Amino acid sequence: MSALSAEGIGISFGGLRALDGVSFAAQPGEVFSIIGPNGAGKTTLFNIISGLYRTGEGRVRLGGEDVTGLAPHLLAARGLSRTFQNLQVFFRMTAEENVMVGRHLRERRSLVAALLHLPWVARQNRATRERARDLLAFVGLADRARDPAGSLPYGALKRLEIARALAAEPRVLLLDEPAAGCNPVETEEIDRLIAAIADQGTAVVLVEHDMKLVMRISHRILVLNHGRMLAEGRPAEVRADPEVIAAYLGRHGAEAAHAAG
Amino acid sequence: MAPDAGLAGPRPPDALAREWLTPRRATVAGLALLLVVLWLVFPSGFYFRIATLVWISALAAVGLNLLMGLAGQVSLGHAGFVGIGAYAVALGPRHLGLDPLASLGLGLVLAGLLALAVGRPILRLRGHYLAVATLGLGILVWLVLTSEAAITGGPDGIQVQRLVLFGWRVAGAETWYWITGVTLVLGVLVALNLEESPTGRALRALHDSEVAAAVAGIDVARAKLAVFVVAAVYAALAGGLLALFNRFVTPQTADFLHSIELVTMVVIGGMGSCLGAVVGAAVLTILPQALTVFHDYEHAVLGLMIILFMIFLRQGIVPGLAALLARRAA
Repeated sequence: MSALSAEGIGISFGGLRALDGVSFAAQPGEVFSIIGPNGAGKTTLFNIISGLYRTGEGRVRLGGEDVTGLAPHLLAARGLSRTFQNLQVFFRMTAEENVMVGRHLRERRSLVAALLHLPWVARQNRATRERARDLLAFVGLADRARDPAGSLPYGALKRLEIARALAAEPRVLLLDEPAAGCNPVETEEIDRLIAAIADQGTAVVLVEHDMKLVMRISHRILVLNHGRMLAEGRPAEVRADPEVIAAYLGRHGAEAAHAAG
Repeated sequence: MAPDAGLAGPRPPDALAREWLTPRRATVAGLALLLVVLWLVFPSGFYFRIATLVWISALAAVGLNLLMGLAGQVSLGHAGFVGIGAYAVALGPRHLGLDPLASLGLGLVLAGLLALAVGRPILRLRGHYLAVATLGLGILVWLVLTSEAAITGGPDGIQVQRLVLFGWRVAGAETWYWITGVTLVLGVLVALNLEESPTGRALRALHDSEVAAAVAGIDVARAKLAVFVVAAVYAALAGGLLALFNRFVTPQTADFLHSIELVTMVVIGGMGSCLGAVVGAAVLTILPQALTVFHDYEHAVLGLMIILFMIFLRQGIVPGLAALLARRAA
């Protein structure tokens, strides 16, 4: 059974058809990438899947369960987690606390117990903190645990978001341009991270502009253009698809590529 | 702070002390110490009276700080909840034949339920709708207290029955200093407990990004509602204590200016700082006593203070000083 499937997703903003009949399915342990030129609708698709936008068109399923139109926190409870293209970090909290927030669903929560600070609350706080440290170490931020998130550089914040998303132990992880603004070394870090996450059985759905990264780590790729599906397949297939080349490079570029190939 | 897992075996006593003395425990212990020290140095009942008023205001401010400082939500009618607590204590014994202490409990429940009823539809929305809704709520409470004179005594206020605990007639500024002081220490402890819990982290998180908080699995509307109810109960407790201490209440307890005072306490003390709320309450309670010559201009001075703090010490007193000290130490 697919970890995540989208069937016939469509949405219009005013007169603009942002997405039209987009379908795909990601399997556990798979790195599934969604690529396309700017404005192709990649982030819009993420926002629909993660419950931030609502649309009447299409269905979203998580592990077979129809979750169309559920609020983000309910999707999170069903194993969906994501990061954001434009960072959504809790800047007033430390790096460690950011990741601790990610453990929310895995924690016992009782307002009365919290107000009285019962012994198990303190124990749980310690366990959550320990877990957050492990995850920070996993993304290479162990030495920044106590720093305010606002003081971390851009590339580190990208990885902090990944650690926070992983803290919920998701079955499906949506990564929205994790390598944007990262230098080559940081990109390689992220490359290694994504592979490790997928190895643990999580379905990773990736939106990314860095084609080298996408081609290297994806099992399958979906290409969007003007909100429609242009192609889907393994990296080698997608790379060779004349439609894809045309969309990325224009007709002229496609001919040049054809001539060169 | 969590014990460092890598450091097994016996540790030097100062490290142990540092580990035991978390910021939470240090704040509570410091406040308890202050209670004792002030008790030793205060020369007369007048000082105990002022201190009691500070502890009571601080209790309301500590609750409001959970809402404003932690969750980033503003209540502009918080005095309405103070009024509910105060009038519950005044009216419970008079009209329902309840014991004053039971009336206080009833006031807390009423304030909590009202916050729940108002907050539930409002807190689903993002933005500053809560500020507008609570503004209306505060005015409504004040209006009822003022106009239902047959029940509430109207604008002139109403007498409050003396508190009697197991045959002990509670009286005297010094007694009330201890009752309200200990209540404040407990109130601060509970507030800090909340901060160090999944709910507290959720509130701080949604303050920064509601979207990211929701994606992390936090029911944002529910978390905001929970802290709004807690803040309302704090305010009602403060109101009840105020009524029992003064043995008289007027609708002024619930008026808009009092709501603004509460917000000002939180802002100038330092949003997000529990200790800041206490300091803010102290400043706003003591200053009018010290500046009686300005009595006619009290509102103007209040406004001017907010402006000056926003310009020169935007973080508020406690976080501002903490940042200053940290920079010195570095």
